Amino acid sequence: MAQKSDTPADSSRKYVVGRKLDALFLDLYKINRFLGRFFKELVLPPYEFKEIVKQCYEVGYKSLPLISMTGFITGLVFTKQSRPSLAEFGATSWLPNLIAIAIIRALAPLVTALIAAGKVGSNIGAELGSMNVTEQIDAMEVSATNPFKFLVVTRVLATTIMIPVLAMYTGFVGMLGSFININQMEQTSLPTFFVGAFSSITFLDIFSSVFKATVFGFTIGAVSCYKGYYSSKGTEGVGKAANAAVVTSMFLIFIEEILVVQVVAALR
Amino acid sequence: MEKKASPINRENAVISIRDLKKSFGSLHVLRGVDLNLYQGENLVVLGRSGTGKSVLIKIISGLLHPDSGEVNVLGLSVGSLSDRELLQLRLKVGFSFQNSALYDSMTVRENLEFPLVRNYRNLTRKEIDLAVEDVLDGVGLSQAINQMPSELSGGQRKRIGIARTLILRPEIMLYDEPTAGLDPITCIDINNLINEVQEKYNTSAIIITHDLTCAKMTGDRIMMLLDGRFERQGTFEQVFDTDDERVKTFYNYNFTD
Repeated sequence: MAQKSDTPADSSRKYVVGRKLDALFLDLYKINRFLGRFFKELVLPPYEFKEIVKQCYEVGYKSLPLISMTGFITGLVFTKQSRPSLAEFGATSWLPNLIAIAIIRALAPLVTALIAAGKVGSNIGAELGSMNVTEQIDAMEVSATNPFKFLVVTRVLATTIMIPVLAMYTGFVGMLGSFININQMEQTSLPTFFVGAFSSITFLDIFSSVFKATVFGFTIGAVSCYKGYYSSKGTEGVGKAANAAVVTSMFLIFIEEILVVQVVAALR
Repeated sequence: MEKKASPINRENAVISIRDLKKSFGSLHVLRGVDLNLYQGENLVVLGRSGTGKSVLIKIISGLLHPDSGEVNVLGLSVGSLSDRELLQLRLKVGFSFQNSALYDSMTVRENLEFPLVRNYRNLTRKEIDLAVEDVLDGVGLSQAINQMPSELSGGQRKRIGIARTLILRPEIMLYDEPTAGLDPITCIDINNLINEVQEKYNTSAIIITHDLTCAKMTGDRIMMLLDGRFERQGTFEQVFDTDDERVKTFYNYNFTD
């Protein structure tokens, strides 16, 4: 039997799929090279200490108001919403413990990373994208300086260092929010609250939380820098870079959350 | 308005390009370009927008890679240099961008200091300040030292962009459309500055432009890029003394715009 030949529509579909696969593999190759270059530039001198401190300030200090508010509200609302379920079993005294587990194990790093992906990630994506469009990155390159080291390494390091710090801070303000609600409803004192909260928190919980936040921080920095540094030219490219930095970071953060939770569960 | 003759060493080509080709997809921009830039010479590359003039100097500075051909700068083959060697070469080749490409989050002083402190890490504060003041004085903008790029006019931005490249004391200057988007008076100021830079800093330069006044005022020699190749070269008069319709159209549009 004669083999059926492709219709023009089939050929066109195959062509589109082929182009998309090409683009995907090219992107993977570029990401691989980007990460390889990052680790190479990270260890090779000279080091941009002053710029790293500046970026830590930008990522950490400037995110404090938003992180404080979000962490506090998360702790307070989570406590308020959890009370009725525990009250049914007369177990409201377990609230501090439940909240501590939820905040330290999951919410603090996750909420911090999502907020940072939105605030810091979009900022980095747009800033580098705009520098790319206006040839500022090229200008650094032709003046014999290393833009990758100055722009990318410093920002990725800053997010990797500061997101765990911010996550710990989020945990603290989240617990504070929770305490205020519990203190109001059950008149629990601060020492009693903290004894109850930390009764079942282990070193592994804190370690995995900090580890997760570090991975999230690296992801936000690397993705945002990659999207900005290699943005397409034109103002549309800047918008796309900022948007892609946030969306891709958030997507990867959830994937990493699942993976780390599985690993920690196996270790527990 | 004509440029006065410069001392050019025609024995020594600081940039030499042979059969350079570059395409972007199906668009063949450079189709076999040959060029020599001699020591002390200001060479103007003329051509319509989109003919690959900027691509040419981006290849020279190593920002773009050619598809084929040989590019030698100061005796070094750009394509075969390691990253470290390319950085060393870039110290000797200044690049002035069309839109100046000033770092908009830094003051003028920080813009000028940026390449200096990163390439010469042992300089004292006093030496850095002196170098910054010297180049700013050279471009006539000493008063702008603490201003942000957003507070400067187009002409001032161009001057600061040129100063930022001069601070590394390059042997070769590459100017990408130095007068684009400027009013006629400021254009003349920038053209004079290009000539002053050539005299004061003893540079050789490639000036990419489609502005014939700029070409006439700054060029010791002019090469015209037509359909991806240099088809005419010589003095301003020699280049435009032709029956080639493409050249005549270019000339007429420039002076009737």
